[in-house]
Amino acid sequence: MTSHTTARPILDVAGLNARIGGQQVVEDVSFTVPASGITALLGRNGVGKTSTIKALIGLIDRTGRVELDGQRIDKDPTWKLIRRGVGYVPEDREVFGKLTVAENLRLAERDAHPRRELVEQLFPDLVKRSGQMAGTLSGGQQQMVSLARALLNDNKVLLIDEPTKGLAPKIVQEVAEALEQAAATVPILLVEQNLQVVRRLAGDAVVLSGGRVVHTGNALDFLDDEDLTRRLLGVHADAEQEAQEAEAPVAAGATAVSSSVAASSTQAAAPAPAAADPARKGAGL
Amino acid sequence: MSTVILLLVTGLGLGALYFLVASGLSLIYGLMGVLNFAHGSFLTVGAFAGWEVARRTGADSWFSFLVSILIGAAVGALFAAFTELVLIRRLYERHIEQVLITVGLSLATVALFEGIWGTDPVFIDGPAWFSQTTNLLGAQIPNDRFISIIAAALVLLGMVLFLKRTRYGMIIRAGVENRSMVTALGIDVRKAFTLVFTIGGAAAGLGGVLASHYFGYVSPLLGGSLLIFAFIVTVIGGLGSLTGAAVASVAVALLQQFANFYLFGTGDFVVVIALALVLLFRPSGLLGRKS
Repeated sequence: MTSHTTARPILDVAGLNARIGGQQVVEDVSFTVPASGITALLGRNGVGKTSTIKALIGLIDRTGRVELDGQRIDKDPTWKLIRRGVGYVPEDREVFGKLTVAENLRLAERDAHPRRELVEQLFPDLVKRSGQMAGTLSGGQQQMVSLARALLNDNKVLLIDEPTKGLAPKIVQEVAEALEQAAATVPILLVEQNLQVVRRLAGDAVVLSGGRVVHTGNALDFLDDEDLTRRLLGVHADAEQEAQEAEAPVAAGATAVSSSVAASSTQAAAPAPAAADPARKGAGL
Repeated sequence: MSTVILLLVTGLGLGALYFLVASGLSLIYGLMGVLNFAHGSFLTVGAFAGWEVARRTGADSWFSFLVSILIGAAVGALFAAFTELVLIRRLYERHIEQVLITVGLSLATVALFEGIWGTDPVFIDGPAWFSQTTNLLGAQIPNDRFISIIAAALVLLGMVLFLKRTRYGMIIRAGVENRSMVTALGIDVRKAFTLVFTIGGAAAGLGGVLASHYFGYVSPLLGGSLLIFAFIVTVIGGLGSLTGAAVASVAVALLQQFANFYLFGTGDFVVVIALALVLLFRPSGLLGRKS
């Protein structure tokens, strides 16, 4: 894992602002995503990570400049900029529950030659369940479908929002492995609360607070800085690991992270987080 | 017994008409969130177009009837596509404006139809077989009921096959569940919007021609009167559910027929009570998505 901040970015975001229902959820956000590896988008609950991702692809109203591989995409409607080579894996998976697994995947195929072999290799379980309604899958299996939809096409960048949220530790590991393999072929902007996953995967980190970027740099350097992580995330990676190890036998990995974040947030001297992000649907992470 | 059979088949015939209107309404709302108050106009224009064709080609022939059905469906489809492209497309997510524009279109088209064809109902003829009856378990069933039932069954089958077997059908089913996620997969969902409007308009236009034979006349107010019950059917069946629309169409029409006969003509009242009960105890409808 290395930082790639000197290479030409695949995604260049400048002065991004977004509002939901009149409330500012993303404020003057600027950052870049390198052309390879994984960049983590971090921050406490409700700081605007999901809103930033949604604003990037126009799912919520936004202003500002967004360039994909040197081309402006901020004027494009969502469907068009996605077709330019952006893969999106939403928070909460958002699979189509009344469609089969196979239909979910077919719907996502944009290219003349979708990468079915890659998907089958990464998620062999989905092949066995191709005729099953996606709504009847477990959370982990739904996450596989959601990731597979993005990996089917030859994208320039993937935007992946909390892929390990609510998953059991074993599934978290599987998802992390899949992301690691995917990152070998396509750069990824990853929203992730599980700092162990971030530590394992991410080369760079962009940290949000109050809807603004408050830190960018090497992910490992950031995670190793106890003061900084406590201040900006309300938890330190090592403390989180200990909490995870203590809770792992009984709790899902992501839930453990949520607990540790919540437990330590009162003692952190972080900037006041933005009001709860209305774009977020679920509680917890 | 023969009375029950007669009410059953007549109710199914009426349910078939409700379904032809409600199926489009339900899909349009399910996919686009548009409450289309102009949907009755698609039916009326289809009915008048079918009548115009029939009277020019010999209203009492089967050929004329079949052509009138095709023309009625085609005109309904074209009018619906035009409505979506010109009026609705700019107003997605603006629900108040959608209601205003579709209510306005509905009122304007009634006035237009009255200007063209007059305010009085125009009585129509069909093939002689339509005015005859068929004995079914002792009940004398008017033959035109069978035509409505068969047509609605074929439309239901066609729509189900389209939704299940085609890529656009898959897009529509996915869009009914989560429209923004369909867009986030790189799919221009607006094409599906136009398609759903067109299909809904075709079904309503077909329903208009069949309704004019069922009731024996066509008038500028024909669509509006059926639209009220189609809305009730759509809500009871579950917004966005084609199967729900089919089940509710039959249920509402049968309830209406039996209540009219056995409960002193209270069919409409009983249907409204049924609607209220569904809204109270199952607001998502019989087969609709839970909010």
